[in-house]
Amino acid sequence: MAEAGHSQAPVSSLKHHFDDMEQQQAASTLGMWVFLATEVLFFGGALTVYAVYRLVYPAAFSAASNHLDVRIGAVNTVVLIGSSLTMAIAVWSARRNGPRSTRMLVGSLAMTALLGSVFLAIKATEYSAKLAAGLFPGPAFRFPGAHARPAELFYSLYFVLTGLHALHLAIGIGVVAVVAARAARGRYDLEYHGPVEITGLYWHFVDVVWIFLFPLLYLVGRGG
Amino acid sequence: MSAESYLASPRGVRSWLLTTDHKRIAILYLVSVTLFFFLGSAFAVAIRLELLTPAGDAVQADTYGRLFTMHGVVMIFFFLIPAIPTVLGNFLVPMMIGARDLAFPRLNLLSWYVYVLGASISLWAIVHGGVDTGWTFYTPFSTTYSNGAVVTTGIGVFITGFSSILTGLNFIVTIHRMRAPGLGWYRLPLFIWAHYATSLMMVLGTPVIAMTLLLVVAERALGLGIFDPARGGDPILFQHLFWFYSHPAVYIMVLPAMGVISELVTAFAKKNIFGYRFVAWASIAIAVLGFFVWGHHMFVSGQSAYAGMVFSALSFLVAVPSAIKVFNWTATLYRGSVSFRTPMLYAFGFIGLFTIGGLTGLFLSALGLDVHVHDTYFVVAHFHYIMVGGTIMAFLGGLHYWWPKISGSSYPEGWARFSALVIFVGFNLTFFPQFLLGYLGMPRRYHAYPPELQVLNVMSSAGASILGVGYLIPMVYLFWSMRYGARVAANPWGASGLEWTTPSPPPTCNFETTPVVTQDPYTYSSEEAQVVG
Amino acid sequence: MAPAHPSPSIYVAVFMTLVGLTALTVWAASAHLGAWSGVIALSIATTKATLVVLYFMHVRYGERFIAVVAVAGAFWLAILVVFVLADVLTRSWLPILVR
Ligand SMILES: [Cu+2]
Repeated sequence: MAEAGHSQAPVSSLKHHFDDMEQQQAASTLGMWVFLATEVLFFGGALTVYAVYRLVYPAAFSAASNHLDVRIGAVNTVVLIGSSLTMAIAVWSARRNGPRSTRMLVGSLAMTALLGSVFLAIKATEYSAKLAAGLFPGPAFRFPGAHARPAELFYSLYFVLTGLHALHLAIGIGVVAVVAARAARGRYDLEYHGPVEITGLYWHFVDVVWIFLFPLLYLVGRGG
Repeated sequence: MSAESYLASPRGVRSWLLTTDHKRIAILYLVSVTLFFFLGSAFAVAIRLELLTPAGDAVQADTYGRLFTMHGVVMIFFFLIPAIPTVLGNFLVPMMIGARDLAFPRLNLLSWYVYVLGASISLWAIVHGGVDTGWTFYTPFSTTYSNGAVVTTGIGVFITGFSSILTGLNFIVTIHRMRAPGLGWYRLPLFIWAHYATSLMMVLGTPVIAMTLLLVVAERALGLGIFDPARGGDPILFQHLFWFYSHPAVYIMVLPAMGVISELVTAFAKKNIFGYRFVAWASIAIAVLGFFVWGHHMFVSGQSAYAGMVFSALSFLVAVPSAIKVFNWTATLYRGSVSFRTPMLYAFGFIGLFTIGGLTGLFLSALGLDVHVHDTYFVVAHFHYIMVGGTIMAFLGGLHYWWPKISGSSYPEGWARFSALVIFVGFNLTFFPQFLLGYLGMPRRYHAYPPELQVLNVMSSAGASILGVGYLIPMVYLFWSMRYGARVAANPWGASGLEWTTPSPPPTCNFETTPVVTQDPYTYSSEEAQVVG
Repeated sequence: MAPAHPSPSIYVAVFMTLVGLTALTVWAASAHLGAWSGVIALSIATTKATLVVLYFMHVRYGERFIAVVAVAGAFWLAILVVFVLADVLTRSWLPILVR
């Protein structure tokens, strides 16, 4: 594999320091996975705080969680899982040649970004309802009943976790939009589709984070 | 591809600021971490000045709190953690594995800009009053009571963390995917193993402190309640999250240093490393075990006694791989033809001082003894033996060893040996008395102390002045050598390793043709066999 | 490399399963399961996440080392959570020390 380095592959897709496309693709996939491992630990810091307080204040966390709307959370979960499905199909079609799969790629990427935006829109209405109800931590925090102070911890974590998740999703939508625009110009094919693939990995990761946030935030102590 | 040196072409400031060449980025980092090293040193000078006399006279308690905080923040986050990986690692990782660059050159440049951004924000915070929380940012002081620029500094450190993550990510992928043909894992230089292990810790530990600082900022700036005891929060939880990163951070500082020492010891003893696989896997063992011991910083802070016992026992365990390394370096030197050139002097300094630092670390990981010396100068002396005696010694040793490769010129050996000696003497005079001070009960982070401790404190301050001079000398002659030093050949030390097979300084593409590796590292054995047989 | 990738029909099947598991976890949360409800919710979430990682993220079809990276992330998080809880949950065990 050594000297051949600079020839063969399509013009600008192969960076000069890689030997071949396969090496470049393998590097970017591994790079994204290492980044996602980092992300696990990033969210993990806040999830650890959550784990401690939930075990120390179980009743307060139930009470606080019951002020969230399970239906909104569940609908958003399905929306995000749906976006993962379209993303998976996008990656699948990126690996094939021909105008039909290009159309499929662009379409499924657009669908992915759209579903991501729907999630954020729903989240935004949910946020404004919580803010209106006085559930944003700080001096204005209002919580009925006996558990006001630990409930404030719960809502602090709620806003940190869902806020960071939403931020990740917003970044994801932006990236998907850029990739879709490039895909429309026929940039990706069987030979070169790395950006679609690693964007997909990132998108699915954001989905996985929500898969955990949903039960941790919305489903605490519903059965009493 | 042109064979012109990476330093010579292309020319112009723009070509440097937009470079994606790992060697040039290493130089950018060298300049920036050196600046921060001297800034951190300036704070140290102020601290040692104040401690010349028992009374708190030169500065007020509040100012003193800011001085040691900024000394710690600058030295740890902006010098010690990035120093070896981003300078020597950046320069050498691709060269040692026969690659043309790191896997993600643009990400590499981005990591430097992220570092500069984080550092600038922290500098801004320093100029605007500074921070007084200690580099540890303990809650609830940092979130509720401190009147320093906690939020700005926190954001600065948070951002710099991403620079570290990007570097670690780049190294991991590069070492996995970019090795030259024939370069199997057990043929990698130990420097590479050490950097791989370091990268693991950067990638898995740094995000936790990023989140932790973010939570502190959210609590202080937005009024969220995370660690706030008034709302039922647990300040000790902050310490857990902080030390989950910050204990491994000690190894982020010292593991690359160990990698440097493995190269120096083999090159100047002209021998293969003793027990290659043990040294290699010891790096990985340190990286993994290093994540299981953080609670030894919290023995007296209200942590459960059971957790304390477990963390104490595990802390002893992590000493084993470090000890393996020290044993193997010593065994490598045994009956080697050791030449006492400057880099080797630093390596000797490292081995001795790191051993003292490591052994006193065992004092501190012993639950009972730690209660006695916790938060005293004993701890301060201990970690300076590791960080200054270990990391900075190795950084300087490595910088001298690879300087001919980096700059293409040689430095004045006499001056270099002299300054190595000055640094060693100055270091010990500065920090050994601090062990005694700590054992006598002098607490850290106070600007005044009882008069009977003055003699030891004066010794320490005197040592610090010697140390300061020792650090300035290499600054001067390394700069001087770039212009006036004699040009050097590809392999001035007669060392093994792919980085010595290419011209000094190397061409932009590192290797004219991708090298094919056919032998193990440290093949000094043929020479040695001739001598013996 | 270039391993065989799953076809869209597998993706749709995974999607249906994920939706089903979402419904299941909502139902289980409202059932009176007491202390177990948290464990069950987490188990279902872990199952869902595993499906996403294995199929949507191709870990089942890719090289082994990618799986190692994925597991490493989870394992390091487990270190953090387990050791922090080891402290928090045992703090009250020695009342003498607390006093
Ligand atoms: Cu430690």
